[in-house]
Amino acid sequence: MTDTLLAVRNLSVTYSGDDGDVRAVRNVSFTLGRERLGIVGESGSGKSTTGRAIMGLVGRSARIAADELRLGDTDLRGLGERGFRKLRGQRIAMVLQDPKYSLDPVMSVGQQIAETHRTHLRSTGRDARRAALEMLEAVHIRDPERVYTMYPHQVSGGMGQRVMIAMMLIAGPDILIADEPTSALDVTVQTQVLAIMDDLVRSRGMGLILISHNLHLVSSFCDRVLVMYAGQVVETCQAASLSEAKHPYTRGLLAALPQLGNRRAELPQLQRDPAWMADLA
Amino acid sequence: MIALDRVTIAYGSGPRAVVAVRDFTLAVPEGEAVGLVGESGSGKSTVLRAVAGLIPYAVGEITLAGRRVERRRTTAERKMVQMVFQDPYGSLHPNQTVDQTLAMPVAIHRLDRGEARIARVLAEVGLGREHRYRYPYQLSGGQRQRVAIARALILEPRILLLDEPTSALDVSVQAEILNLLSRLRRDHGLTMLMVSHDLAVIAHLCERIGVMSRGQLLEVTTATAMANNQVTHDYTRQLLRSNAGFDRSSVSSGELDVAAG
Repeated sequence: MTDTLLAVRNLSVTYSGDDGDVRAVRNVSFTLGRERLGIVGESGSGKSTTGRAIMGLVGRSARIAADELRLGDTDLRGLGERGFRKLRGQRIAMVLQDPKYSLDPVMSVGQQIAETHRTHLRSTGRDARRAALEMLEAVHIRDPERVYTMYPHQVSGGMGQRVMIAMMLIAGPDILIADEPTSALDVTVQTQVLAIMDDLVRSRGMGLILISHNLHLVSSFCDRVLVMYAGQVVETCQAASLSEAKHPYTRGLLAALPQLGNRRAELPQLQRDPAWMADLA
Repeated sequence: MIALDRVTIAYGSGPRAVVAVRDFTLAVPEGEAVGLVGESGSGKSTVLRAVAGLIPYAVGEITLAGRRVERRRTTAERKMVQMVFQDPYGSLHPNQTVDQTLAMPVAIHRLDRGEARIARVLAEVGLGREHRYRYPYQLSGGQRQRVAIARALILEPRILLLDEPTSALDVSVQAEILNLLSRLRRDHGLTMLMVSHDLAVIAHLCERIGVMSRGQLLEVTTATAMANNQVTHDYTRQLLRSNAGFDRSSVSSGELDVAAG
């Protein structure tokens, strides 16, 4: 079990609302090793909430319950804000969709990266700066010295996301959770950003969770895929064989995708079966 | 139906003007659907906006249904061209019910039988009577996009402009909206000009596809040629590759480098 970086068993996240409880995540179980795990599903399927629950970012109105929620040898259940703050960045990090909103607009990108280093490794300003420059180079930014001094509004989306990745990896976490990391980017830049993330995660022997609605992307990028529907994992399969998925929901989604080279007069529309809502576990 | 002849569009004026589209020529015959693809900033949405009359163009001619259109459009010209935007969360007035949203164009264009028109167009886009007096926040993304399509359709346009009509939607909802658009096109003989970054979506709806980069139309190809990988431009090839999913071998480490600024 030494290679299990993250173990999740029967994770449930419940939000209390005016009209009663909303069960955003229901009995989700999986383990993550040094691999690339994809979570796919449509909006509201609970895929992002799952990622956020692992980061301890679900907010106070949410109730988290799990039989097991373990990061390495750390039990995440009942860990307070202070405990999570130590883990975030150092043990587990998250890249969000749009760098425009997830970077601090009034701080140069270099300083933001260096700050992570200083906080977690208690390094001096000079060491942190050097580490940040190295990290910028690692995400293939050709002129790190110049980019270091730039502000988020001065960098493009693709570069912003590289900066984000640099910031997330600088303290050497074991796990990276990427929540739609390339959805806000141009298709031509998407592949580059993913390649950089892939190279770094592999060379550092990290575990990666890629959360996305894009079935093509997940099946071509990841090793294993969890398919979520209405808060539950309805299917787990090898990414390469996603096209042979068994669950009618996964099959319906795949069929509903328009395909280049296979033009159909009408796309098969997904017929939702109420039985999919029933508790699986 | 739509003809753009050497159209150049710039934002701003004088030395600080930014040319968004340069020397753009394209003709769309009646009943045809043409798609435009390209990276952000390539000018594809700008072309759409110029055809819709939302922005002035500096040089060139735009002809709609055989008549050259000027900067100021007549009411009839405006009625003829309608547009559906990307984000149904942002394009509908949050404080107006579906009924109000649909009644507005009817009033502006002084059409008769407004009541009947609204009921008919709602049925046509697959919304029930119960949706008519709802506010946008009470509707799902797919339902909102149906309202946006109904809003365009109620004026019985001959040209429908679509700017990323499904990219804010889930896959299953996207299929429903695409099916709706093909049906409407068939039933009304609509001419369509559509912008999307998703090649498969464009190829599903359109016969011909124009590829844009940096304000210029690089090539016009067909959906079939795209599918068979018969493209001439590097950029188009790159688009095709990234549409197929992630392929690490398609990026060399040299390509990963980005210069600052």
